[in-house]
Amino acid sequence: MSRVRLWQISIIAGSVIALELLCRLAIIDRLTMLPPSQMVAALFDVAIGSSWFWPDVRYTLFNIVAAVAISVIGGFLIGVIVHAFPRLRRLTDPIFTSYYSVPTFILYPLLIVFFGIGPLSLIVMGALFGIVAMIVATIGAIDRIPRVLLKVARVSKLDPVRTALLLKLPATAPHLMTGLRLAVTYSIIGIIAGEFILATAGIGRRVALSYNDFDNRTMYALLILILAFAAGVNALLSTLEQGLHRRWYRS
Amino acid sequence: MSARTRILDYCLLAAALLVVWMLLFEWAGPDALSPPIPTFRRIGELLARGNFWGHVEATAVAFGYASLIALVGGLAIGFALGANRFAGQVGEPILTSLYAIPKITLYPVILLIFGLGISAKVAFGALHGLFPVALFTIGAIKNTSPALIKTARILKLSAFETIRSVYFPAAMPEIVTGLRIGFSSTLLGTLIGELFASDRGIGFILIRAMEAHKVEDIMALTLLLFAFAAGANALLLAVEHRAHRR
Repeated sequence: MSRVRLWQISIIAGSVIALELLCRLAIIDRLTMLPPSQMVAALFDVAIGSSWFWPDVRYTLFNIVAAVAISVIGGFLIGVIVHAFPRLRRLTDPIFTSYYSVPTFILYPLLIVFFGIGPLSLIVMGALFGIVAMIVATIGAIDRIPRVLLKVARVSKLDPVRTALLLKLPATAPHLMTGLRLAVTYSIIGIIAGEFILATAGIGRRVALSYNDFDNRTMYALLILILAFAAGVNALLSTLEQGLHRRWYRS
Repeated sequence: MSARTRILDYCLLAAALLVVWMLLFEWAGPDALSPPIPTFRRIGELLARGNFWGHVEATAVAFGYASLIALVGGLAIGFALGANRFAGQVGEPILTSLYAIPKITLYPVILLIFGLGISAKVAFGALHGLFPVALFTIGAIKNTSPALIKTARILKLSAFETIRSVYFPAAMPEIVTGLRIGFSSTLLGTLIGELFASDRGIGFILIRAMEAHKVEDIMALTLLLFAFAAGANALLLAVEHRAHRR
């Protein structure tokens, strides 16, 4: 396992160093891309020196947390309800399977008209992106509860609440975790995309602003921040997810 | 389930969506939404107009190139990382992380590298589609039954023959799933590309309608895009079901 880690780290480090060299040797010119070391330096400058940085970070983070909460809780509840009614499931199936194939974010201008330009439109946008991944994962997770567990519940005469808490929840946990990871990923994408297109505050908006001002330093500083955040959250949730999968399938 | 109940289901679904649309219209008013009938009429007008098809063609060309890159690149990466266990262990998490980043923020970078025009659109579309195709292919190849792989080794098949006659048929259903998701992501990427920096294509007329606040145009284009994406998706789903059944 550690050999895998070593390779991963060296591949990533290798690409960063290669990029650094390409920029330093002016094979990639300064107007196109900064060397990664300068991006990090710029990020420190921005984080310390600018008055908007922390309020914008807080704004974006708050929106992400709200959107994730709505999509995870809402998606779970809708998933449970849809799974309980086969007819409803058959009706909604075409929506869920083609949902991520349509460019949802083109609804964003409509959301602004509905909810105004502000956090609410962004949160709804992020939740719309994330919720269906959670719904689909919840339905799949309930489908995969082993029959034998339900028999165990019946044999030991567990009431429905206990069956849900003691058997169904642990059995579905790995697949729910997959749904959670996807919902978080999609919510982040939705919110940053929304901010990038049109917003009054937020890190995504700052990227768009600095791009329009030809302020490459700020733009790249914020870009690596967003990329590192998204990749970091994804890596963390993947690790948790794999842990759950392993624990469940070993025992 | 018989064909008749399925058709009934689709009718019910369409009716429910129409009702939701009307209710939203009642709630939000004509500033935000256009009602169904004028929207459908507007779609008819758009389709009858000559220069609309020019924009469709621009989008289609960019989408075609981007899909080709995503497909070939994704399959190549997928086969390389799927067939080699160690390479897969190293590469797959990196690909998942790349898939998870909000690529829309990379748009300025793509523009700085490729400049305005079709190459930026193509690059952006391919960037969206490449990772799902690669990830699904890796998954599909990894799940190939070890007995089949051993058989190939015993028969001393060359690498190319192994891929062609063992991996490819065995992994086909899941690869088709990856292609379906890859195609839709590529379309999404191409459209985003047109939205922000382009002078032709569906995305361009959409952003122009947004700027001029032509609600009817926005709704008509949105509906057309949804219909196209959902239709293409349904078609690929049918192919996928057939592949899974075999």
